[in-house]
Amino acid sequence: MNWIAIAVTFKLALLTAAVLLIVGLPIAYWLTFSKWRWKFIVESVVALPLVLPPTVLGFYILVAIGPHSPVGRFYSDVVGHPLPFTFEGLLLASILYSLPFAVQPFAAAFEQVDRRLIEASWTLGVSKPKTFFRLIVPLSMAGLITGAVLSFAHTLGEFGVVLMVGGNIEGETRTVSIDIYDEVQALNYAGAAKTALLLLAVSYSVLLLVYAMNRKVWAVWPQR
Amino acid sequence: MVRVIIAVCMLLIPGVNVAVAEVITIAAAADLNFVFRELAAEYEKSTGDHVRLSLGSSGNFYAQIQNGAPFDLYFSADIAYPRKLEEAGLTVPGSLYQYAVGRIVLWAGKDSHLDLAKGLDVLLVPTIKKIAIANPKHAPYGRAAVAAMEHAQVYDRVKDKLVLGENISQAAQFVESGAADVGIIAMSLALAPPMQAAGRYWEIPADAHPPIEQGAVILKGAKNQERAKAFLSFVQGADGQTMMKRYGFVVPRSVAD
Repeated sequence: MNWIAIAVTFKLALLTAAVLLIVGLPIAYWLTFSKWRWKFIVESVVALPLVLPPTVLGFYILVAIGPHSPVGRFYSDVVGHPLPFTFEGLLLASILYSLPFAVQPFAAAFEQVDRRLIEASWTLGVSKPKTFFRLIVPLSMAGLITGAVLSFAHTLGEFGVVLMVGGNIEGETRTVSIDIYDEVQALNYAGAAKTALLLLAVSYSVLLLVYAMNRKVWAVWPQR
Repeated sequence: MVRVIIAVCMLLIPGVNVAVAEVITIAAAADLNFVFRELAAEYEKSTGDHVRLSLGSSGNFYAQIQNGAPFDLYFSADIAYPRKLEEAGLTVPGSLYQYAVGRIVLWAGKDSHLDLAKGLDVLLVPTIKKIAIANPKHAPYGRAAVAAMEHAQVYDRVKDKLVLGENISQAAQFVESGAADVGIIAMSLALAPPMQAAGRYWEIPADAHPPIEQGAVILKGAKNQERAKAFLSFVQGADGQTMMKRYGFVVPRSVAD
């Protein structure tokens, strides 16, 4: 089994989930509580990666961060090397690709929080940030974990975007799904099967966790 | 929760970035799939350097390198791509080198009843449902396959049966797995042990298509040009050439000779 690819993939998925947990919270908060009439435009943009073919997203990212774009040139002037085909480039792509998988569960959880509690907190003089962290976040914990775990799992399995902006470099951008593709082309079906099985097991465990989190009753057996 | 995730990430980051002695990052055409794995292992054993091998279609690598992909060396299946990179000033001047001429073969699985000795006319057999080739848009071996079929005047009659692999290795995998009945693949893949065990092949005459001249180049962005040069010399040297010949490549006279 290719442990380097596995390490790259888990590092990518963990960092993606961590960044989305930080970046996704304010976006979800704004989507839930804003009263702006054109809000649906932003909602649609956030949901776009759900329906967009990964190659389309990958292509746009590649062009946007490549050496021919101002952003790409700025990055390579500052850091000293171009962004595409590096781990950082892949991380950026994964964050955009998994954005709805984090933001949508976050927003759905915020929506579930009783508005009266929030308004009571505000009228009692508790600041908005404090209300957010002391009231909204604890009450939507299940949704936050679901969002983080889903974006983690989604990143584990991404292929099209990685193929477009990754470039299949060992220890940098060769993820598990790319490694499986490589092994099949090298006719090493046994190797591909082992890695595929690992991915299946991890993905299933992650979903088990998500659905277990969303159970209303925390009992293994139904109570009489 | 956030703190736990950050802590785990901190633990993971150094784990992957541990520097190995010297690292050479190579983009190699898919027809080199088996020979370069062997070659790289041999090179690693003799130098202690680490070779990071990426295999794929030459055309895709060309596009990626133009977009700043951090490869040190590029072994293309079509010398036209590295030549264009040289013209664009993306290579180390004077490093362009034709390392081999490739050959294509007709390949079918062991239990296939096709008589490959008939040559490309065998593609007209009605029981054939799918013919695997590499995508001629960006894979030189796919272009050679199309040219050979046109030369044999069968292309128009079989073109609806073609299935396109993303690169020549995938085309080989299509036919090895039985998903396609027959394929036109690189001789270097037909001679690889797993393919040899799974089927038989017929050499398509070299004059049936424009020669597949394969070129290598050291890229300007190479992190370690000395090491890249060393690997290139290894491929050009006697050991490298012996291995390339064993996989059916026609190689230029050894520099060491």
